[in-house]
Amino acid sequence: MKITRKDFLRLSGLGLLALAGKKAVRAVGERSFASSSPPKKRVRWGMAIDLQKCRQKDGCDRCIKACHSTHNVPQFADRAHEIKWIWKEPFKNVFPAAQTGYTREFFGELPVLLLCNHCDDPPCQDVCPVDATWKRDNGVVTIDFHRCIGCRYCMAACPYGARSFNWQDPRAAIAMVNPDFPTRTRGVVEKCNFCEERLARGQGPACAESCEEKAIVSGDLEKPDSEVRQVLRSRFAVQRKPELGTGPSVYYIV
Amino acid sequence: MFMFERALTGSRKYWLWVASLLFVVLAGSLCYVLQLTHGLAVTGLSRDVSWGLYIAQFTFFVGVAASAVIVVLPYYLHNYQQFVRLTLLGELLAVTAVTMCMLFIFVDLGQPSRIFNIVLHPQLKSVMFWDMIALGGYLLMNAVIAVVTLTAQREQVPVPGWIKPVIILSIPWAISIHTVTAFLYSGLPGRSYWLTAILAPRFLASAFASGPALLILLCLALRKLTGFDAGWEAIQKLAVIVAYALAINIFLILAEVFTAFYSGIPEHEEAFRYLFVGFNGDYHLVPWMWLSALLSWVALTLLLVPKWRNNIRLLAVACAAIFVSIWLDKGLGLIVGGFTPSPLGAVTRYVPTLPESTIVLGIWAVGALMITVFYKTTLSVWEEN
Repeated sequence: MKITRKDFLRLSGLGLLALAGKKAVRAVGERSFASSSPPKKRVRWGMAIDLQKCRQKDGCDRCIKACHSTHNVPQFADRAHEIKWIWKEPFKNVFPAAQTGYTREFFGELPVLLLCNHCDDPPCQDVCPVDATWKRDNGVVTIDFHRCIGCRYCMAACPYGARSFNWQDPRAAIAMVNPDFPTRTRGVVEKCNFCEERLARGQGPACAESCEEKAIVSGDLEKPDSEVRQVLRSRFAVQRKPELGTGPSVYYIV
Repeated sequence: MFMFERALTGSRKYWLWVASLLFVVLAGSLCYVLQLTHGLAVTGLSRDVSWGLYIAQFTFFVGVAASAVIVVLPYYLHNYQQFVRLTLLGELLAVTAVTMCMLFIFVDLGQPSRIFNIVLHPQLKSVMFWDMIALGGYLLMNAVIAVVTLTAQREQVPVPGWIKPVIILSIPWAISIHTVTAFLYSGLPGRSYWLTAILAPRFLASAFASGPALLILLCLALRKLTGFDAGWEAIQKLAVIVAYALAINIFLILAEVFTAFYSGIPEHEEAFRYLFVGFNGDYHLVPWMWLSALLSWVALTLLLVPKWRNNIRLLAVACAAIFVSIWLDKGLGLIVGGFTPSPLGAVTRYVPTLPESTIVLGIWAVGALMITVFYKTTLSVWEEN
């Protein structure tokens, strides 16, 4: 049998298609297999911030300093270019809907501690075109600084303003570099990582540890007897913009 | 590439035009080098307004690219012969516009050297990934269609049969590129100005007004500079289509305004307030937005009255007004309005810097250069026949 050029091309094309098809079937098979295996015990890190305790000491910024020095967060004076993982904003800006004209008098200007909410369904993860930000098995939303292309789509998607972009080289603006945590490069997005590097060593988040008033309680939200769950059981707490369906893991005890 | 050698002969004036465009491209490139060395800090962008002129230009030119369908559809689906020449010019405009879009995305990236991560680590839930597929496919399709059509015309043979399905596919594909681009914005929680189901229809309406308006302007310029006539009837037909698209666009914007202000929900009102009356003491976009509104109404009036529409000068004025109006609305208000006020209620002023604007101008010059070469090549083929 003589194989013409046309036949050869046709056959090799079919062969390639079959190969691709096999790969696709495999990939689908693996996925459906994974979902049929028994569900792993879910872990979801979260925290409860007691705002009353938080404002006991006027102008206290221990947690902010602890976080920012642990994670080599640069300090830029220019508000447009600032990078922050944890910071304070007036109550009226954080919970615009959770106040009436009368409560605003008292609550409006009170400081509220802000950080990434480590959403259960994070919009930042959905929009990232290169899978550089994702939710880990323990509920922490994290970023791969080496994969991020700096498109800033996640900053547009985050309804909490939790993300910062390195508009310039951050290394020049770090007072003292902590050698245990990577510094970032210009042109990537960063935010609170719930101290995942400390969680891996069995420690709690740096902000919670640094707080003398114990205003920040962290723990596994999926574990009914965890400290954070006990706090949330006994005190009334709110989340930021729960109506958006993102499922924030940070709770505020007002 | 083949046939493009025809763009290498021209008058002194032609070369002067090409040289000045190259100069602007050079200026833009130098500013881009500056941005590469110092980071995006050289732009006017900030933590609160993290997208600006680059992404706005991208959005606007996706519209220009999509609008090629306005000439392609009547010609190929309805056999409207008047559009025979406009069709090729429209497809070449689409190729140019998509290229500009890709450049605008590229210069916006913080880590441009990692751009291939989009291919290496695609994330299928990201609308940006699908936008890349849509734009890349559209660019390829239009480039192939244009080259095949022009080659056939040069050889004076009918176009090969296999190109027909590609052309037919390019019609829904044109709609898809602007729909997917709208979905980049309209699916984000917490950005009330964008979170509206009529964003995609609005994008299409404004695209079908601004793109063909640009095509008319280009045809009028060709007529003046080279004596090429695209056909007055064809241009008039295009002008009518532009008028309808513009009317629909104005209607959709007013529908948005109604919902925002009659419902009175603060977060739906705030961006409109910021853009049209000022918010928290910041008024710097107010005059631009009203200029945009005014130009739209003036253009609509000029295009609706047949006597005025038939006047070549007034037609040019109307088309220029539409282009500027929609550029302001989509290229400025849309992006900044989506970011202001910020999720924490802050109003941060965004003003593009000189390097940023020069980079944008540089990309515009790349576009102008492409259009010049494409149209010169095409016209020289047509002249020969």
